[in-house]
Amino acid sequence: MAGGADATLLEVRDLVVEFPTRRGVLRALDGISFSIARGEVLGVVGESGAGKSLTGAAIIGLLEPPGRVVGGEIRLDGQRIDNLPQAAMRKVRGKRIGAIFQDPLTTLNPLLSIGRQLVETIRTHLPLSESEARERAISWLEEVGIPAARQRIDAYPHEFSGGMRQRVVIALALCAEPEMVVADEPTTALDVSIQAQIIALMKRLAAEHGTAVMLVTHDMGVIAETCDRVAVMYAGRIAEIGPVREVVKHPSHPYTSGLMASIPALDRKVARLAQIEGAMPRLTTIPRGCAFNPRCPKAMDVCRQEKPGLRPAGATMAACHLYEVENV
Amino acid sequence: MSGATASPGRLARAWDSDIAWSFRHSPVALVSGFAVLVCFVGAFGCGFLAPHDPFNLASLSLSNSFLPPVPLKGSSWSFVFGTDDQGRDVLSAIMYGTRISLIVGFAAIAMALSLGIALGLLAGYFGGVTDAVLMRAADVQLSFPSLLIALLVDGIVRALLPRGAQNALELYVLIFAIGIARWPQFARTVRGSTLVERGREYVMAARVIGIGPVRIMASHILPNVLGPVLVLATINLGLAILDEATLSFLGLGLPPTQPSLGTLISNGNNFLYSGDWWITVFPGIVLAGMVLAINLLGDWLRDALNPRLR
Amino acid sequence: MIAQLVSRLLQAIPVLLVVGFLSFAIFTYVGDPVSIMLGQNATPAMRIAMRHALGLDQPFLVQYWHFMVRAVHFNFGLSYRLALPVSQLILERLPATTELVMTSAVLALLVGLPLGVYTGIRPNGFVSRTIMAGSLLGVSLPTFLLGILLILFFSVLLGWLPSFGRGHVVNFTHWSTGFLTLSGLKSLILPSITLGLFQMTLIMRLVRTEMLEVLRSDYIKFARARGLGPRAIYFGHALRNTLVPVITIVGLQIGGLIGFSIVTETVFQWPGMGLLLVQSIQNADIPVMSAYLMLIAVVFVVINLVVDILYYVVDPRLRVKR
Repeated sequence: MAGGADATLLEVRDLVVEFPTRRGVLRALDGISFSIARGEVLGVVGESGAGKSLTGAAIIGLLEPPGRVVGGEIRLDGQRIDNLPQAAMRKVRGKRIGAIFQDPLTTLNPLLSIGRQLVETIRTHLPLSESEARERAISWLEEVGIPAARQRIDAYPHEFSGGMRQRVVIALALCAEPEMVVADEPTTALDVSIQAQIIALMKRLAAEHGTAVMLVTHDMGVIAETCDRVAVMYAGRIAEIGPVREVVKHPSHPYTSGLMASIPALDRKVARLAQIEGAMPRLTTIPRGCAFNPRCPKAMDVCRQEKPGLRPAGATMAACHLYEVENV
Repeated sequence: MSGATASPGRLARAWDSDIAWSFRHSPVALVSGFAVLVCFVGAFGCGFLAPHDPFNLASLSLSNSFLPPVPLKGSSWSFVFGTDDQGRDVLSAIMYGTRISLIVGFAAIAMALSLGIALGLLAGYFGGVTDAVLMRAADVQLSFPSLLIALLVDGIVRALLPRGAQNALELYVLIFAIGIARWPQFARTVRGSTLVERGREYVMAARVIGIGPVRIMASHILPNVLGPVLVLATINLGLAILDEATLSFLGLGLPPTQPSLGTLISNGNNFLYSGDWWITVFPGIVLAGMVLAINLLGDWLRDALNPRLR
Repeated sequence: MIAQLVSRLLQAIPVLLVVGFLSFAIFTYVGDPVSIMLGQNATPAMRIAMRHALGLDQPFLVQYWHFMVRAVHFNFGLSYRLALPVSQLILERLPATTELVMTSAVLALLVGLPLGVYTGIRPNGFVSRTIMAGSLLGVSLPTFLLGILLILFFSVLLGWLPSFGRGHVVNFTHWSTGFLTLSGLKSLILPSITLGLFQMTLIMRLVRTEMLEVLRSDYIKFARARGLGPRAIYFGHALRNTLVPVITIVGLQIGGLIGFSIVTETVFQWPGMGLLLVQSIQNADIPVMSAYLMLIAVVFVVINLVVDILYYVVDPRLRVKR
């Protein structure tokens, strides 16, 4: 899509996040690497607990304690942001990287009018007066599709429906014109009929403003429809990453293959949906070698010994020993 | 036989449980647990451990009255904490007084607990009018300070009793007044959890196969509400002990012939202005220290049982 | 909003009727007003006349009705102990208690609220931990013991502050105030600290808990994700959301202050209603107890009403027109 390899906006390299607990240190993210270009929409997909949301939280520097980044780096436009002091990181959040959360019912402060929440965000990041910021807020509400924005700017969150509130959240995430937005399951809490509207709105706004998006979801349908590239996560690692079309049509990693086979397709008739045997391991019991090896139909001896790195596999990159063997 | 083989396993599991782990790794819990233990041993072992018998009038001697505590001039090692106006050993009086304070506190909480659990289960399980009436009553009572309720109940019951019986029955009157004053909190907690549990599938299933309400409440709902109730009981134990001490201090509690810590403090207060501070300060320190330790245990227990705060 | 307040007031009526019934039951059936007023040697004829004068020969509900009517007119009969109208006794004592409770409430709020916010924002700092440990001591130290210790240090040992009474008071028509004289103010210091400390620690601990809870919420996380500064997050967002539960508890705590003023007044021989109540209970002076119960119920209804009004001010969700 827009820009070549030199237009890399966000680069994550070997990111490791750990949670110290009473029973030992849990490694929740284990060497995550990926990048997002300017204006690109990257989907991040995986089961619950695979580390998708955690990756988003690490990027915006809001890991919940006791979680902490213990290795790797995150660069925004070439500048490291994972080790910035709090005050400097606040200038990144909202201003350069916006965030959209899952549940619009809980992400807006119920006691403050939406106008006040917009104005304070705008004025935190842009040198505008109160009345200018208010005008800007109204135009953002119009842009995200709130009817009668000028009349409703002083309304409180509880006076809006769930879908409308998520539109307000999107306006709040974008109102300081960030270069990138981390959207963490932005449609999961919404009615199915509203989901498509919200996704379409995000897609349109990102394209219009040239905003890059990291879209975290467990819904492959949303990914296929919205994203340029997709990263498939499993047990705190990236299993496969590549252009959406390739990952969907020609998955390389056995986990991705299983995942795709489990999605019902409308154009094919199948007797029963495929499913992957077993369940994703808990963080306390991640097996040695490839995390997927106990469930993998193609597991080899090496899979039980060595952790595979990401390597080229067809048009995508996959973390799988199969491709090492083939390449030899 | 099977019980004998199971119990070491159960002990080991109890030792390894999160609660036990948290207890062993919390210095505050260990120290306050130890302090509470010391209070218990001192209070309930007072018959063997106390250096003197403060209620044996024959052993009291006015020549021993107003002796100061040990490092001070004129003190005696046989009265480490000094003596009061009647020559009573302050340390021994404290041990006997702590026992009475603990008895009143535990009995009052036991009463509030049984009343609260029973009414809370009724209100939560049956709902409707029962629930509305019981909870309205609890709300009204909760809007008054419990000390005030205990005070008024105490006053009314005393006025109803014949003059001569008042002192003899005062212990029970106090337990009743403090217990009555503290039931609503328990009832509310139990009712809240009961409402949640009642809607669960397994309770529905139990109802469908015809298990009676009493058995459902006793075997299914009650175990699930015990955690929060235990925390509440611990914190309320400290408060109940303070209630008793306060009522006794006001002269509405236990008589000087049967002194609790509050009575001792109240008695010592009369000699404060003449500089004989130890008669009131030592029982005060024991009272505050014991309640502090109980509160700390309650605090720790609440945090340990609430995984969200970890 | 006015409709909701009216319905609140209507809800308070059954509460007052029930408390009134309790007061009436205490007044009528606890102790025997006739023999107490007439003494042991009264003739049966005098007793019947007295019963009639007090209305004790009338049907139960009629007596209750008359009791409530008299209560509304602030007529609670004569004190058994002092043979004076109960209403006069209470009116004389009202200013002392009001001034003490108000001072303590202001003290508890002014100190408790900021400390709670601070310890909620920095839960793991050394200062916070010290304050929290101190606050547990504050909760565990009984009011009367704190009063005794303060008297021991500041009155007996140092001789700085008076240990009992209100000092010089200035009298207006129905009100006597200690606020206007130096000795009145000095007399107020120890009792108001004694009374306020417990409530202060409670308020502080409550604000802290609520603050911790709110700071974990999604909207605070979202506010952080928007890059808002700590001031906006703590004071613009978190504190406001903390206030809703805090208002309830503070309302209840003022009630608690009235309750504990009984103890403080006894320790400091403060001539207020609490001291009156204790003396009345000690002497089975039933009319005063019954009147005190009624009066406290009215005060609590008023406090609850004020709390409700404050809710509407703080929480827009309650302002919805239904």
